[in-house]
Amino acid sequence: MINRFIHLGHAGLSTIASLGRASLLLFAIIAGGLTLFIRPRLLIAQLFNIGVLSLLIVAVSGLFVGMVLGLQGFTILSQFGAAQSLGVMVAASLVRELGPVVTALLVAGRAGSALTAEIGLMKSTEQLAALELMAVDPIQRILTPRFFAGVLAMPLLAALFSAVGIMGGYLVGVGLLGVDDGAFWSQMQDKIDFYDDIINGVIKSIVFGWVVTWIALFNGYDAIPTAAGVSRATTRGVVTAALAVLGLDFILTALMFG
Amino acid sequence: MNSTRTLELTVGIFIAIGIAALFFLAMHVSNLSQLSQTTGYQVTARFDNIGSLKVRAPVSMAGVRVGRVAAINYDQTHYQAIVTLQIDTAYNRIPTDTFANIFTAGLLGEQYIGLDPGSSEDYLAAGSQIEHTQSALVLEQLIGQFLFNKAGEATTP
Repeated sequence: MINRFIHLGHAGLSTIASLGRASLLLFAIIAGGLTLFIRPRLLIAQLFNIGVLSLLIVAVSGLFVGMVLGLQGFTILSQFGAAQSLGVMVAASLVRELGPVVTALLVAGRAGSALTAEIGLMKSTEQLAALELMAVDPIQRILTPRFFAGVLAMPLLAALFSAVGIMGGYLVGVGLLGVDDGAFWSQMQDKIDFYDDIINGVIKSIVFGWVVTWIALFNGYDAIPTAAGVSRATTRGVVTAALAVLGLDFILTALMFG
Repeated sequence: MNSTRTLELTVGIFIAIGIAALFFLAMHVSNLSQLSQTTGYQVTARFDNIGSLKVRAPVSMAGVRVGRVAAINYDQTHYQAIVTLQIDTAYNRIPTDTFANIFTAGLLGEQYIGLDPGSSEDYLAAGSQIEHTQSALVLEQLIGQFLFNKAGEATTP
């Protein structure tokens, strides 16, 4: 019986300790942000890794999500004789929710896992220690550019996802199912508010970019420096990032649209 | 050297695509392009009841959209709603004795303001007030009136 409490206490304490280490790491990463102005090339290389390489999967997923929204929305809306509102439905659900959230999940799976594995492997092969030995701060040199690249790339990817998704919804709705072209766009422009919908979606995706890269970097930096440790850290990073994105999405939605 | 250039080129293209997507969302999907059309003049109208009229609801004349509802305020001394209408500059020949009604688009649609032109030679200008207004139809009041009339019919004979 006592042992159970000991286990619980141990789990609780180690969670709090890792939260503390994660916060300290975040402060160190942000404090090193000035290096990016001295060496912008570091940031550009990471923007390539996180942003450019995620471009294709984000665009293709966006297209298909938008097309599915067009099909499903049409079947439901036409039951109420409101098929003209298809544009509003597709755009609102993409810009407010699906764009930021699905992009964050995709980036967590595609770029976040790569970040965790990369940092974890650097740690286990003592590359980070070697940098430190050369009086180069590994957090500033390795982690900071990756973090800011993630924060910058996420809103751009999410905007691309939403834009491609709306085009997909347009292709299916107007091209395939015969919704009126003018009503599709004009009702969309009428109902989608720039500040309420688009800016809030961008804010959401910036928060998600922050959280996803932070979790990925922390799990890599905190990994047990063995092969098994790195693999566990990668899995945990993706799972934690996905849960954090979905949980935060609820909180942000409640704050923004509630 | 060459690989650095390709890297920078692709990152540049990525950022350009992202910003283009944001621009598309802002201008083509949202109402930003309509918000920027602030040219026009404002007139006010007083209503006893505006129903569920919202700010940015359309103002139309003969079915053509001529402006938007810019603001809705409440006058505590007269217990009336003051609706500020933003009329586009192109429509500057609206008679002063124009009638402003609150209509509903469709059975369950949103409410909008319909203007019925009067016959005056003077036209509305910035700051003028529309005198003749008709309140929104509130469904509960209509049903109540109908039931009241029915009850009256039943007792008379």
